Amino acid sequence: MQQFLNVTLTGLGQGAVYAAFALALVLIWRSTRVVNFAQGAMAMFTTYLALTVIEGGQSYWVGLVVALVAGLVLGAVIERLVIRPVEGGPELNAVIVTLGLFVALQALAAILFGSTFRSFPAPFDLRGFTVGGVNIAFTPNSIYIIVAVVVVMLALVALFRFTDLGLKMRAAAFSQEVSRLLGVPVGRMLTLGWALAAGVGSLSGLLIAGGSLVFPAYMDAVIVYGFVAAVLGGLDSPAGAVVGGLTIGLLLSYVSGYLGSELVALAALAILVAVLLVRPQGLFARTAARRV
Amino acid sequence: MTRRSRRSALAAAAVAAAVVLSACGAGGRPDGGSGTDAAPAVGITDTSVKIGAHFPLTGVAAPGYSEIPTGAKAYFDFVNAAGGINGRTIDYVFRDDAYNPTQTSQVVNELVLQDQVFALLGGLGTPTHSAVLDYLNSEGVPDLFVSSGSLLWDQPAKNPQTFGWQPDYEIEGKIVGQYVAQNFPQAKVGLFLQDDDFGRDGELGARRFLDKQIVAAERYTPGNTDVAPQIAALQAAGADLVIGFNVPSYTALSQLQSLRLNYKPQWIYSNVGSDPGLVGSLLARFSEGAVTDAGLLDGVITTEYLPGVDAPDDPWVQLFQRVWDEHGGDGELTNYRIYGMSQAYTFVQALQAAGADPTRESIVAAVERSGAQFQGPWVAPFRYSADRHAGVSGVEVARITGGTTESLTPVLVTDNGDAPITEATGEPAAPPANGIPAAPPAG
Amino acid sequence: MSQQTDEPAAAQASSPVATGAPRPGPLAAVRRRLPRSTFGRHALVVLLALVAVVLVLELTSPFRNSQFATMSYYAIAAAGLTVLTGLNGQISLGHGALMAVGAYTTGLLLGDDGTGLPLLLVMVIAAAVTALVGAVVGAAAARLHGPYLAGATLALAVAVPGLAIYFDHTLGGEQGLPVASPDVPDWFADAVYFLSANETPTAKYLAYLGWGTLLVVLLLLANLMAGRIGRVWRAVRDDEVAAELAGIRLGRVRVLAFVVSAVCAGLAGSVLGVVVRLAAPSGFTIVLSLGLLTAVVVGGLGSLEGALLGSALLVFLPPAVTNLGIGAGLDGTQAAQLAPFVYGVVLVLVMLLAPSGAVGVVKKLWNRSRTNRRGPSTRRTG
Repeated sequence: MQQFLNVTLTGLGQGAVYAAFALALVLIWRSTRVVNFAQGAMAMFTTYLALTVIEGGQSYWVGLVVALVAGLVLGAVIERLVIRPVEGGPELNAVIVTLGLFVALQALAAILFGSTFRSFPAPFDLRGFTVGGVNIAFTPNSIYIIVAVVVVMLALVALFRFTDLGLKMRAAAFSQEVSRLLGVPVGRMLTLGWALAAGVGSLSGLLIAGGSLVFPAYMDAVIVYGFVAAVLGGLDSPAGAVVGGLTIGLLLSYVSGYLGSELVALAALAILVAVLLVRPQGLFARTAARRV
Repeated sequence: MTRRSRRSALAAAAVAAAVVLSACGAGGRPDGGSGTDAAPAVGITDTSVKIGAHFPLTGVAAPGYSEIPTGAKAYFDFVNAAGGINGRTIDYVFRDDAYNPTQTSQVVNELVLQDQVFALLGGLGTPTHSAVLDYLNSEGVPDLFVSSGSLLWDQPAKNPQTFGWQPDYEIEGKIVGQYVAQNFPQAKVGLFLQDDDFGRDGELGARRFLDKQIVAAERYTPGNTDVAPQIAALQAAGADLVIGFNVPSYTALSQLQSLRLNYKPQWIYSNVGSDPGLVGSLLARFSEGAVTDAGLLDGVITTEYLPGVDAPDDPWVQLFQRVWDEHGGDGELTNYRIYGMSQAYTFVQALQAAGADPTRESIVAAVERSGAQFQGPWVAPFRYSADRHAGVSGVEVARITGGTTESLTPVLVTDNGDAPITEATGEPAAPPANGIPAAPPAG
Repeated sequence: MSQQTDEPAAAQASSPVATGAPRPGPLAAVRRRLPRSTFGRHALVVLLALVAVVLVLELTSPFRNSQFATMSYYAIAAAGLTVLTGLNGQISLGHGALMAVGAYTTGLLLGDDGTGLPLLLVMVIAAAVTALVGAVVGAAAARLHGPYLAGATLALAVAVPGLAIYFDHTLGGEQGLPVASPDVPDWFADAVYFLSANETPTAKYLAYLGWGTLLVVLLLLANLMAGRIGRVWRAVRDDEVAAELAGIRLGRVRVLAFVVSAVCAGLAGSVLGVVVRLAAPSGFTIVLSLGLLTAVVVGGLGSLEGALLGSALLVFLPPAVTNLGIGAGLDGTQAAQLAPFVYGVVLVLVMLLAPSGAVGVVKKLWNRSRTNRRGPSTRRTG
């Protein structure tokens, strides 16, 4: 029972991070119809920037701000420079460009920051709570992770629902032609979409790193899990990404806890294939069918 | 269609030209291969000997281990500055395999074929080095003093070129197992094991004494940094003493995860995973997460077979400090650098023992002949002979307190299988004044 | 097989390829003597390539031999991948996993000490097993597109090594499965000695083995591509709806392309196994899959010459770039990361500037120079 509780709580914490990562993928997919396979590498890179700042004597929170801002900038720059030319082209080209970015960023991080394992601080206590004499794998840091993800999500909902800017971004994502006719600066909106997504991605990278070890490839598996979560929720649906992320976090945690951690990636593959074959539109798709 | 055939024709013309050209070349060459019969010894000249090694300079096993070759290099530079051995300087090449067996295979290929090394020295890692074991032996490359305690290196009939060096994990497991059985007879023992021969050999040794006490054995895959399930399972099994056969990064990860679970068993880490300095530095950065210092490792039990930097008065440590100060690069002398220097020291002894004109055959023969008498910083003698290639024969059990270690037992010596565990006899060796081992007496 | 009706679409799709009219010139004489059939011409090229391979392997050092052996397995896998991605439009980031299937099958069948089945038979079985796996993966993949397919095959690449760890008693876990290195057959060593008066060390034999396999694979793929199946694949890639209207069964065609590609990956894995002497999860990470993708994209999607060129870059570029890096003052481990950095940047640049890859660029330049110049040119024939 204690183990079940611990596995569940661990899964929730991981699920929150996957949700943030999946959300970043969804934001980009909605605006530019590109799955950003470089998302993990971008997040890794900004996390290293944060680590550099923190090791330079600044607090964790300064590092957090640096990572988020760097993420925003990186996302915008990448959209402008390398994604814009392949937008609307053959879908394979965009996929290959993001994979190239993935490889290049990872190698660049290894050159700039070294490829050894380094510890990354956590802002809150890493010791689990004890409730009624029972130890549970839930730490103040886990609470921070979940709160951070929820806050970001609420902020995004507020942005898209209640602001003019959000409305324009949704319009640009929905129909570029119509939006242009209505005077929405579509190009700028797409860049903004990438920037926001990369910022959210950076946050997820930072949250995973907290209280653990980082190395240039530490986000590799997260790309796969985040992608599976996004597809599970329907690649179009932000709410779906959140639910998908939490579901994947829990499922993988159970697999890891009861079947063996080497099977986690296999389980993710099985979930992905099952979703794509049985309900390709995902759990939360608006449209009845989608071409996968 | 036309373009296709044009292309073919072009290719044909190019190849035909190449054939003609090379046919001329072949005609001009002598076909007897004269002068190549007495092939010169590989990797050794009158003025130098080239040796190679593979180490994880990047990746999960790099913290700590990447320092070993820098220590060895410093010691070889020290020897070279004193004129080398028998007039030969030692040229030491080490390459990165990232603790990835596939990469080890490629890197060793380069060392043997491109760098043309005389011998390999201290290639690190059980999964990594086992990937090149057959290759080195089939190529006849001396594979000296592997940096791993697997039993694989002690198979002289199958692998005549390969020699172990450090105490193997089985005898380490036995000595730890006996210590636990005697001092913690009521403990419920959990094992935290790397999922390869490293973990398996250690488990084998520990189970000789603890089979009834062991309540769980959990394995991790190097490279997968999530050890939450393993630690949770150990806790769920009620283990109140955990023996870890793992690399240093996983000592840090297992400590972090235990913290998360409020799990506080008595930890015992094998020598490999317990360096307080390194694990402390990995853990220390979590300061804002309330892990304030390396204090996490306080009270952890481990084993030792070399003097460490926490004993600055030890004459060997003083020698190595001098070597590092004179020839080392950046950074401090660490236990890993001492390890590398001790290995280099052993190699110099082997080279001395192989005589004035060593060959690949004669250095292997020399280690078999006189290796058991090699003297150095290690606490117990090697077990080298014509039919044994096993390394150091004993360890002592120690406890980590405040960044240093205190001995809990005298040096305990044993051998594989049912061999009894006895206290070491004989005095520890003192380092030679010039820091370079003398040639052993002939015979 | 009810694919009689697909000809119009196929012909339409392949028509832009046939350009340029035959002109009189020195080449014409050579061309007249060439075999008429496609297979005959391909076989001739392969035979000549074989001569070139023998020359190169006999004249280079054992270390170069081992590099060529490495190049051969990259090239086998890349040839299969370029057919799948370039001709049929299916991306796969999971070819590393398929290579793992081939390598593990080889390791298991060869046995610890090489006393298992003969190597050639083992390679055929490894290819067959991988084909089976490829059929299953292909059946799932046939319904997916672009990013979905990329994501799913990426998941495959990450997941499959876990199997080797889960079944560690048979597959050796993280430590991997040792693959017995084949002995050089006496007749082979004799033949080489007869030709070149050189001995045949294992490294050279493995290079021969790899290149022999590669040439066979290239011959078969070239014929497949030039034939009806190749036209159908291109038709599906270029316009699915038109192809479907023309009576092509998309699913079946896609699965077939995946199976063909998987056979190549299986053979490549088999060669990798005996060359590296090990099948271990660490050898089949996504780095391998992305490396293969880099090779085919840089060389030019859909081109076998491009696949060959791309795999040569995978093998020979890293040492050169690494040395440059060390020369520029980086330390060894930093310099080792320069090669992947270059790959990544090149991957992006190729897609932005020259999506047809190196071979595509060369073709374009070639065609331009042909249209610019009139009359026979002696330079091109030399």
